[in-house]
Amino acid sequence: MAKKQVVHVKVNGREREAEVEPRMLLVHFIREVLGLTGTHVGCDTSHCGACTVLVDGKTVKSCTMFAPQADGCELFTVEGLIKDGQLHPLQEGFKEEHGLQCGFCTPGMLMSSYALLQKNAKPSEDDIRWGISGNLCRCTGYQNIVKAVQYAAQKMEQGGTK
Amino acid sequence: MIPPTFDYLQPKTIPEAIALLQQYGDDAKILSGGQSLIPMMKLRIARPAYLIDINRIAGMSYVKEEDGHLKIGGLTREAELESSPLVRSKYPIILDTTRVIADPQVRNLATLAGNLAHGDPANDHPATMLALGAKVIATGPAGARVIPIEDFFLSLFTTALAPNEIVTEIQIPVPPALSGGAYFKLERKVGDFATAAVAAQLTLDSSGTCQQVGVGLTNVGPTPVKARKAESFLRGKKPDEGNIRQAAQLASDEARPSSDLRGPAEYKKGLVKELAFRALSRAVERAGR
Repeated sequence: MAKKQVVHVKVNGREREAEVEPRMLLVHFIREVLGLTGTHVGCDTSHCGACTVLVDGKTVKSCTMFAPQADGCELFTVEGLIKDGQLHPLQEGFKEEHGLQCGFCTPGMLMSSYALLQKNAKPSEDDIRWGISGNLCRCTGYQNIVKAVQYAAQKMEQGGTK
Repeated sequence: MIPPTFDYLQPKTIPEAIALLQQYGDDAKILSGGQSLIPMMKLRIARPAYLIDINRIAGMSYVKEEDGHLKIGGLTREAELESSPLVRSKYPIILDTTRVIADPQVRNLATLAGNLAHGDPANDHPATMLALGAKVIATGPAGARVIPIEDFFLSLFTTALAPNEIVTEIQIPVPPALSGGAYFKLERKVGDFATAAVAAQLTLDSSGTCQQVGVGLTNVGPTPVKARKAESFLRGKKPDEGNIRQAAQLASDEARPSSDLRGPAEYKKGLVKELAFRALSRAVERAGR
Protein backbone atom coordinates (compact mmCIF):
# COMPACT_ATOMS: atom_id res chain seq x y z
CA MET A 1 0.00 0.00 0.00
CA ALA A 2 1.41 3.32 -1.06
CA LYS A 3 2.05 6.07 1.42
CA LYS A 4 -1.03 8.26 1.80
CA GLN A 5 -0.94 11.95 0.95
CA VAL A 6 -2.59 14.84 2.69
CA VAL A 7 -4.57 16.91 0.22
CA HIS A 8 -5.63 20.36 1.33
CA VAL A 9 -7.83 22.36 -0.99
CA LYS A 10 -10.08 25.37 -0.94
CA VAL A 11 -13.22 24.25 -2.73
CA ASN A 12 -15.82 26.86 -3.69
CA GLY A 13 -14.33 29.08 -0.99
CA ARG A 14 -14.27 26.44 1.76
CA GLU A 15 -11.11 24.87 3.19
CA ARG A 16 -11.13 21.06 3.14
CA GLU A 17 -8.49 18.47 3.90
CA ALA A 18 -8.24 14.69 3.64
CA GLU A 19 -5.66 11.95 3.51
CA VAL A 20 -5.91 9.82 0.37
CA GLU A 21 -4.03 7.25 -1.67
CA PRO A 22 -1.96 9.07 -4.30
CA ARG A 23 -3.70 7.15 -7.08
CA MET A 24 -7.05 8.67 -6.21
CA LEU A 25 -8.24 10.73 -9.17
CA LEU A 26 -9.30 14.28 -8.51
CA VAL A 27 -12.84 13.56 -9.73
CA HIS A 28 -13.24 10.79 -7.13
CA PHE A 29 -11.78 13.06 -4.46
CA ILE A 30 -14.35 15.72 -5.33
CA ARG A 31 -17.29 13.34 -5.51
CA GLU A 32 -16.54 10.78 -2.84
CA VAL A 33 -14.31 12.57 -0.32
CA LEU A 34 -15.66 16.11 -0.56
CA GLY A 35 -19.16 14.84 -1.30
CA LEU A 36 -19.70 17.20 -4.22
CA THR A 37 -21.44 15.01 -6.77
CA GLY A 38 -22.32 17.74 -9.25
CA THR A 39 -19.10 16.96 -11.08
CA HIS A 40 -19.75 13.91 -13.25
CA VAL A 41 -17.65 10.97 -14.32
CA GLY A 42 -18.42 10.57 -18.01
CA CYS A 43 -16.06 8.71 -20.29
CA ASP A 44 -13.28 8.42 -17.68
CA THR A 45 -10.80 8.64 -20.58
CA SER A 46 -10.21 12.40 -20.88
CA HIS A 47 -12.47 12.82 -23.92
CA CYS A 48 -15.92 13.98 -22.85
CA GLY A 49 -15.26 16.83 -20.40
CA ALA A 50 -18.17 15.99 -18.04
CA CYS A 51 -15.66 16.01 -15.15
CA THR A 52 -14.34 19.51 -15.96
CA VAL A 53 -13.56 21.65 -12.89
CA LEU A 54 -11.42 24.72 -12.32
CA VAL A 55 -8.09 24.27 -10.55
CA ASP A 56 -6.58 27.64 -9.69
CA GLY A 57 -8.85 29.24 -12.27
CA LYS A 58 -8.01 26.88 -15.13
CA THR A 59 -10.23 24.16 -16.51
CA VAL A 60 -8.95 20.61 -16.21
CA LYS A 61 -10.47 17.19 -16.73
CA SER A 62 -10.55 15.93 -13.17
CA CYS A 63 -10.48 12.30 -14.36
CA THR A 64 -6.97 12.94 -15.66
CA MET A 65 -5.34 14.44 -12.61
CA PHE A 66 -4.45 12.81 -9.30
CA ALA A 67 -5.89 14.34 -6.14
CA PRO A 68 -2.45 15.11 -4.59
CA GLN A 69 -1.63 17.26 -7.62
CA ALA A 70 -4.35 19.64 -6.45
CA ASP A 71 -2.88 19.96 -2.95
CA GLY A 72 -2.77 23.64 -1.99
CA CYS A 73 -4.99 24.65 -4.92
CA GLU A 74 -8.32 26.39 -5.21
CA LEU A 75 -11.04 24.24 -6.74
CA PHE A 76 -14.18 25.59 -8.30
CA THR A 77 -16.97 23.16 -9.13
CA VAL A 78 -20.51 23.50 -10.46
CA GLU A 79 -21.80 23.77 -6.86
CA GLY A 80 -19.93 27.06 -6.55
CA LEU A 81 -21.93 28.82 -9.26
CA ILE A 82 -25.08 29.52 -7.26
CA LYS A 83 -24.86 32.63 -5.06
CA ASP A 84 -27.33 33.33 -2.22
CA GLY A 85 -29.89 31.04 -3.80
CA GLN A 86 -29.60 32.89 -7.12
CA LEU A 87 -28.68 30.90 -10.20
CA HIS A 88 -25.55 32.07 -11.98
CA PRO A 89 -26.38 33.74 -15.34
CA LEU A 90 -24.89 30.69 -17.06
CA GLN A 91 -27.21 28.34 -15.19
CA GLU A 92 -30.11 30.63 -15.98
CA GLY A 93 -29.03 30.71 -19.63
CA PHE A 94 -28.93 26.92 -19.89
CA LYS A 95 -32.43 26.82 -18.39
CA GLU A 96 -33.90 29.58 -20.54
CA GLU A 97 -32.32 28.50 -23.83
CA HIS A 98 -32.77 24.75 -23.31
CA GLY A 99 -29.01 24.23 -23.21
CA LEU A 100 -29.50 20.70 -21.96
CA GLN A 101 -31.68 17.69 -22.42
CA CYS A 102 -30.39 14.80 -20.32
CA GLY A 103 -28.09 17.12 -18.38
CA PHE A 104 -25.17 14.78 -17.96
CA CYS A 105 -22.63 17.00 -19.74
CA THR A 106 -24.01 20.20 -18.22
CA PRO A 107 -21.73 20.57 -15.16
CA GLY A 108 -18.69 20.32 -17.43
CA MET A 109 -20.24 22.63 -20.02
CA LEU A 110 -20.95 25.18 -17.30
CA MET A 111 -17.38 25.08 -16.01
CA SER A 112 -15.83 25.44 -19.47
CA SER A 113 -18.22 28.28 -20.33
CA TYR A 114 -17.51 29.93 -17.00
CA ALA A 115 -13.75 29.85 -17.65
CA LEU A 116 -14.34 31.20 -21.16
CA LEU A 117 -16.43 34.15 -19.92
CA GLN A 118 -13.84 34.98 -17.27
CA LYS A 119 -11.26 35.44 -20.03
CA ASN A 120 -13.53 36.77 -22.75
CA ALA A 121 -16.66 38.63 -21.67
CA LYS A 122 -17.94 39.08 -25.22
CA PRO A 123 -17.21 35.84 -27.03
CA SER A 124 -18.23 35.33 -30.66
CA GLU A 125 -20.03 32.13 -31.62
CA ASP A 126 -16.68 30.75 -32.80
CA ASP A 127 -15.05 31.66 -29.48
CA ILE A 128 -17.82 29.81 -27.62
CA ARG A 129 -17.54 26.72 -29.80
CA TRP A 130 -13.77 26.84 -29.31
CA GLY A 131 -14.19 27.27 -25.56
CA ILE A 132 -16.41 24.20 -25.24
CA SER A 133 -14.50 22.10 -27.77
CA GLY A 134 -13.31 19.79 -24.97
CA ASN A 135 -16.87 19.02 -23.87
CA LEU A 136 -19.14 16.55 -25.62
CA CYS A 137 -22.92 16.73 -25.64
CA ARG A 138 -24.95 13.96 -27.25
CA CYS A 139 -28.38 15.61 -26.94
CA THR A 140 -28.41 19.22 -28.03
CA GLY A 141 -26.25 19.41 -31.12
CA TYR A 142 -24.61 22.33 -29.27
CA GLN A 143 -26.90 24.97 -30.83
CA ASN A 144 -28.72 25.74 -27.61
CA ILE A 145 -25.57 25.53 -25.52
CA VAL A 146 -24.08 28.28 -27.66
CA LYS A 147 -27.26 30.31 -27.18
CA ALA A 148 -27.15 29.70 -23.43
CA VAL A 149 -23.61 31.03 -23.20
CA GLN A 150 -24.55 34.05 -25.32
CA TYR A 151 -27.50 34.65 -22.99
CA ALA A 152 -25.19 34.54 -19.98
CA ALA A 153 -22.59 36.81 -21.55
CA GLN A 154 -25.25 39.42 -22.25
CA LYS A 155 -26.79 39.12 -18.82
CA MET A 156 -23.41 39.35 -17.12
CA GLU A 157 -22.52 42.43 -19.10
CA GLN A 158 -25.78 44.14 -18.11
CA GLY A 159 -25.67 43.02 -14.51
CA GLY A 160 -21.94 43.35 -13.97
CA THR A 161 -21.77 39.82 -12.49
CA LYS A 162 -18.58 37.79 -12.57
CA MET B 1 -10.48 3.17 -14.12
CA ILE B 2 -8.08 3.10 -11.22
CA PRO B 3 -4.33 2.85 -11.78
CA PRO B 4 -2.17 0.45 -9.73
CA THR B 5 -0.76 1.91 -6.51
CA PHE B 6 2.36 4.05 -6.60
CA ASP B 7 4.34 6.27 -4.28
CA TYR B 8 3.98 9.95 -5.05
CA LEU B 9 7.13 12.07 -4.83
CA GLN B 10 7.30 15.83 -5.10
CA PRO B 11 10.82 17.16 -5.63
CA LYS B 12 11.21 20.91 -5.34
CA THR B 13 14.35 21.20 -7.47
CA ILE B 14 15.72 19.62 -10.65
CA PRO B 15 18.70 17.96 -8.84
CA GLU B 16 16.26 16.45 -6.34
CA ALA B 17 14.15 15.05 -9.18
CA ILE B 18 17.23 13.60 -10.88
CA ALA B 19 18.39 12.03 -7.61
CA LEU B 20 15.00 10.31 -7.34
CA LEU B 21 15.33 9.06 -10.93
CA GLN B 22 18.80 7.73 -10.06
CA GLN B 23 17.42 5.98 -7.02
CA TYR B 24 14.35 4.37 -8.58
CA GLY B 25 15.46 3.92 -12.22
CA ASP B 26 12.95 2.16 -14.43
CA ASP B 27 10.41 1.91 -11.59
CA ALA B 28 9.90 5.68 -11.73
CA LYS B 29 8.15 7.97 -14.18
CA ILE B 30 8.18 11.75 -14.38
CA LEU B 31 4.73 13.34 -14.07
CA SER B 32 4.62 16.59 -16.03
CA GLY B 33 1.24 17.51 -17.57
CA GLY B 34 0.25 13.87 -17.21
CA GLN B 35 -2.21 14.03 -20.08
CA SER B 36 -0.69 10.99 -21.81
CA LEU B 37 0.81 9.27 -18.77
CA ILE B 38 -2.28 9.27 -16.54
CA PRO B 39 -4.55 7.71 -19.21
CA MET B 40 -1.86 5.06 -19.77
CA MET B 41 -1.67 4.39 -16.03
CA LYS B 42 -5.45 4.09 -15.86
CA LEU B 43 -5.33 1.53 -18.66
CA ARG B 44 -2.44 -0.10 -16.74
CA ILE B 45 -0.22 0.11 -19.81
CA ALA B 46 2.17 2.20 -17.68
CA ARG B 47 2.70 0.97 -14.11
CA PRO B 48 5.34 3.11 -12.40
CA ALA B 49 5.95 2.24 -8.74
CA TYR B 50 7.12 5.81 -8.14
CA LEU B 51 5.60 8.88 -9.69
CA ILE B 52 7.91 11.89 -9.60
CA ASP B 53 5.71 14.97 -9.91
CA ILE B 54 7.90 17.83 -11.20
CA ASN B 55 5.08 20.37 -11.20
CA ARG B 56 6.26 21.92 -7.91
CA ILE B 57 9.69 22.78 -9.32
CA ALA B 58 9.80 26.56 -9.71
CA GLY B 59 11.17 28.40 -12.72
CA MET B 60 10.61 25.73 -15.37
CA SER B 61 7.77 27.47 -17.15
CA TYR B 62 8.75 30.22 -19.58
CA VAL B 63 8.84 31.30 -23.22
CA LYS B 64 11.63 33.73 -24.08
CA GLU B 65 14.14 34.68 -26.74
CA GLU B 66 17.75 34.59 -25.60
CA ASP B 67 21.13 34.02 -27.31
CA GLY B 68 19.58 33.57 -30.73
CA HIS B 69 17.09 30.97 -29.54
CA LEU B 70 13.48 30.74 -28.56
CA LYS B 71 13.70 28.96 -25.21
CA ILE B 72 10.73 27.07 -23.85
CA GLY B 73 10.88 25.74 -20.29
CA GLY B 74 10.36 22.08 -19.53
CA LEU B 75 7.07 22.74 -17.73
CA THR B 76 5.61 25.25 -20.18
CA ARG B 77 2.00 24.30 -20.88
CA GLU B 78 0.34 24.23 -24.29
CA ALA B 79 -2.06 26.93 -23.08
CA GLU B 80 0.91 29.17 -22.26
CA LEU B 81 2.32 28.71 -25.76
CA GLU B 82 -1.11 29.43 -27.20
CA SER B 83 -1.38 32.74 -25.33
CA SER B 84 2.29 33.78 -25.56
CA PRO B 85 2.60 37.11 -27.46
CA LEU B 86 6.04 35.98 -28.67
CA VAL B 87 4.69 32.73 -30.13
CA ARG B 88 1.65 34.50 -31.60
CA SER B 89 3.70 37.18 -33.32
CA LYS B 90 6.84 35.34 -34.42
CA TYR B 91 6.20 31.59 -34.40
CA PRO B 92 2.87 30.96 -36.15
CA ILE B 93 3.89 27.34 -36.84
CA ILE B 94 3.98 26.67 -33.08
CA LEU B 95 0.62 28.38 -32.64
CA ASP B 96 -0.82 26.25 -35.50
CA THR B 97 0.47 23.16 -33.70
CA THR B 98 -0.53 23.87 -30.13
CA ARG B 99 -4.07 24.87 -31.14
CA VAL B 100 -4.81 21.47 -32.65
CA ILE B 101 -3.53 19.44 -29.70
CA ALA B 102 -6.34 17.79 -27.76
CA ASP B 103 -8.74 20.38 -26.28
CA PRO B 104 -8.64 23.43 -23.97
CA GLN B 105 -8.71 21.46 -20.70
CA VAL B 106 -5.90 19.15 -21.78
CA ARG B 107 -3.86 22.10 -23.07
CA ASN B 108 -4.10 23.75 -19.65
CA LEU B 109 -1.94 20.92 -18.25
CA ALA B 110 -0.09 19.33 -21.17
CA THR B 111 3.48 20.45 -21.80
CA LEU B 112 5.60 20.75 -24.94
CA ALA B 113 8.45 18.84 -23.24
CA GLY B 114 6.10 16.00 -22.35
CA ASN B 115 4.73 15.92 -25.88
CA LEU B 116 8.29 15.23 -27.10
CA ALA B 117 9.53 13.01 -24.24
CA HIS B 118 6.54 10.69 -24.57
CA GLY B 119 7.99 9.61 -27.94
CA ASP B 120 4.60 9.04 -29.53
CA PRO B 121 4.76 9.53 -33.33
CA ALA B 122 1.10 10.59 -33.21
CA ASN B 123 1.95 13.64 -31.11
CA ASP B 124 1.99 16.96 -32.92
CA HIS B 125 5.03 18.88 -31.66
CA PRO B 126 7.67 16.40 -32.87
CA ALA B 127 7.02 17.19 -36.56
CA THR B 128 7.03 20.93 -35.87
CA MET B 129 10.24 20.71 -33.83
CA LEU B 130 11.84 18.66 -36.64
CA ALA B 131 10.84 21.36 -39.14
CA LEU B 132 12.24 24.08 -36.86
CA GLY B 133 15.50 22.24 -36.11
CA ALA B 134 14.91 22.36 -32.36
CA LYS B 135 17.30 21.16 -29.65
CA VAL B 136 16.20 19.25 -26.58
CA ILE B 137 18.05 20.12 -23.39
CA ALA B 138 18.26 17.01 -21.24
CA THR B 139 19.49 17.39 -17.68
CA GLY B 140 20.93 14.43 -15.79
CA PRO B 141 23.36 13.75 -12.92
CA ALA B 142 26.29 15.09 -14.98
CA GLY B 143 24.47 18.28 -15.96
CA ALA B 144 22.73 19.39 -19.12
CA ARG B 145 23.36 18.12 -22.65
CA VAL B 146 21.95 19.12 -26.01
CA ILE B 147 20.14 16.55 -28.13
CA PRO B 148 19.36 17.68 -31.69
CA ILE B 149 15.70 16.87 -32.34
CA GLU B 150 16.58 14.74 -35.37
CA ASP B 151 18.49 12.38 -33.01
CA PHE B 152 15.81 12.38 -30.31
CA PHE B 153 13.19 9.90 -31.55
CA LEU B 154 14.62 6.38 -31.61
CA SER B 155 11.58 4.12 -32.00
CA LEU B 156 7.95 3.89 -30.92
CA PHE B 157 7.69 5.52 -27.45
CA THR B 158 11.50 5.49 -27.16
CA THR B 159 13.65 8.61 -27.16
CA ALA B 160 17.33 9.39 -26.68
CA LEU B 161 16.55 10.56 -23.16
CA ALA B 162 18.46 8.48 -20.56
CA PRO B 163 16.41 7.02 -17.68
CA ASN B 164 18.01 9.53 -15.29
CA GLU B 165 17.42 12.60 -17.47
CA ILE B 166 14.66 15.20 -17.59
CA VAL B 167 13.82 17.52 -20.47
CA THR B 168 14.45 20.91 -18.90
CA GLU B 169 14.27 23.15 -21.97
CA ILE B 170 13.57 23.20 -25.69
CA GLN B 171 15.57 25.59 -27.85
CA ILE B 172 14.57 26.74 -31.30
CA PRO B 173 16.97 28.82 -33.40
CA VAL B 174 15.37 32.23 -33.99
CA PRO B 175 14.40 32.15 -37.69
CA PRO B 176 16.16 34.77 -39.86
CA ALA B 177 14.20 37.40 -41.81
CA LEU B 178 12.05 36.03 -44.67
CA SER B 179 11.18 32.88 -42.72
CA GLY B 180 7.79 31.27 -42.37
CA GLY B 181 6.23 28.06 -41.21
CA ALA B 182 2.91 26.27 -40.87
CA TYR B 183 1.37 23.08 -39.48
CA PHE B 184 -1.54 21.38 -41.22
CA LYS B 185 -3.36 18.51 -39.52
CA LEU B 186 -6.34 16.41 -40.45
CA GLU B 187 -8.16 15.00 -37.43
CA ARG B 188 -11.49 13.20 -37.33
CA LYS B 189 -12.73 15.34 -34.45
CA VAL B 190 -11.37 17.80 -31.88
CA GLY B 191 -8.99 16.02 -29.58
CA ASP B 192 -8.17 13.15 -31.90
CA PHE B 193 -4.66 12.26 -32.95
CA ALA B 194 -3.75 13.24 -36.49
CA THR B 195 -4.82 10.99 -39.32
CA ALA B 196 -1.74 12.69 -40.74
CA ALA B 197 -0.16 16.11 -40.32
CA VAL B 198 2.69 18.06 -41.87
CA ALA B 199 4.92 20.81 -40.47
CA ALA B 200 6.90 23.01 -42.85
CA GLN B 201 9.36 25.79 -42.10
CA LEU B 202 11.46 27.65 -44.62
CA THR B 203 13.71 30.68 -45.07
CA LEU B 204 13.99 32.56 -48.35
CA ASP B 205 16.82 34.79 -49.54
CA SER B 206 16.23 38.20 -51.11
CA SER B 207 15.80 36.62 -54.55
CA GLY B 208 13.06 34.35 -53.18
CA THR B 209 15.13 31.15 -53.24
CA CYS B 210 14.79 28.64 -50.38
CA GLN B 211 17.82 28.77 -48.11
CA GLN B 212 16.63 26.56 -45.28
CA VAL B 213 13.81 24.03 -45.45
CA GLY B 214 12.42 21.84 -42.69
CA VAL B 215 9.60 19.34 -43.15
CA GLY B 216 8.25 17.05 -40.43
CA LEU B 217 5.45 14.46 -40.62
CA THR B 218 3.08 13.31 -37.86
CA ASN B 219 1.66 9.81 -37.34
CA VAL B 220 2.88 8.24 -40.55
CA GLY B 221 5.55 5.92 -39.19
CA PRO B 222 6.91 4.35 -35.99
CA THR B 223 8.68 7.64 -35.22
CA PRO B 224 8.04 11.24 -36.28
CA VAL B 225 9.43 11.60 -39.81
CA LYS B 226 11.90 14.21 -41.01
CA ALA B 227 11.20 14.45 -44.75
CA ARG B 228 14.81 14.86 -45.85
CA LYS B 229 14.25 14.30 -49.56
CA ALA B 230 11.58 16.96 -49.70
CA GLU B 231 13.85 19.33 -47.76
CA SER B 232 16.91 18.85 -49.97
CA PHE B 233 14.84 19.05 -53.15
CA LEU B 234 13.49 22.49 -52.24
CA ARG B 235 16.76 23.88 -50.88
CA GLY B 236 18.27 26.26 -53.46
CA LYS B 237 15.09 26.36 -55.52
CA LYS B 238 12.30 28.88 -55.90
CA PRO B 239 9.22 27.70 -54.05
CA ASP B 240 6.87 28.02 -57.02
CA GLU B 241 3.82 25.81 -57.32
CA GLY B 242 5.56 23.14 -59.39
CA ASN B 243 8.47 22.81 -56.98
CA ILE B 244 6.17 22.73 -53.96
CA ARG B 245 4.09 19.98 -55.62
CA GLN B 246 7.26 17.99 -56.27
CA ALA B 247 8.49 18.45 -52.68
CA ALA B 248 5.07 17.40 -51.38
CA GLN B 249 5.25 14.23 -53.51
CA LEU B 250 8.70 13.47 -52.04
CA ALA B 251 7.38 13.98 -48.50
CA SER B 252 4.56 11.58 -49.26
CA ASP B 253 7.09 9.02 -50.57
CA GLU B 254 8.98 9.30 -47.27
CA ALA B 255 5.86 8.60 -45.17
CA ARG B 256 5.50 5.03 -43.85
CA PRO B 257 1.94 4.99 -42.53
CA SER B 258 0.11 1.85 -41.53
CA SER B 259 -3.54 1.15 -42.19
CA ASP B 260 -5.71 1.54 -39.10
CA LEU B 261 -9.07 2.89 -37.97
CA ARG B 262 -8.11 6.34 -39.29
CA GLY B 263 -7.75 5.03 -42.83
CA PRO B 264 -5.73 2.88 -45.21
CA ALA B 265 -2.02 3.55 -45.70
CA GLU B 266 -2.52 4.62 -49.31
CA TYR B 267 -5.05 7.27 -48.28
CA LYS B 268 -2.67 8.61 -45.63
CA LYS B 269 0.13 8.93 -48.19
CA GLY B 270 -2.21 10.93 -50.41
CA LEU B 271 -3.11 13.03 -47.41
CA VAL B 272 0.55 13.77 -46.63
CA LYS B 273 1.02 14.97 -50.21
CA GLU B 274 -1.88 17.41 -49.97
CA LEU B 275 -1.09 18.58 -46.42
CA ALA B 276 2.58 19.09 -47.36
CA PHE B 277 1.50 21.16 -50.34
CA ARG B 278 -0.71 23.32 -48.12
CA ALA B 279 1.84 23.65 -45.32
CA LEU B 280 4.67 24.59 -47.68
CA SER B 281 2.44 27.07 -49.55
CA ARG B 282 1.38 28.73 -46.28
CA ALA B 283 5.00 28.78 -45.10
CA VAL B 284 6.06 30.61 -48.29
CA GLU B 285 3.19 33.07 -47.86
CA ARG B 286 4.22 33.77 -44.28
CA ALA B 287 7.90 34.07 -45.19
CA GLY B 288 7.07 36.75 -47.72
CA ARG B 289 5.29 38.96 -45.21
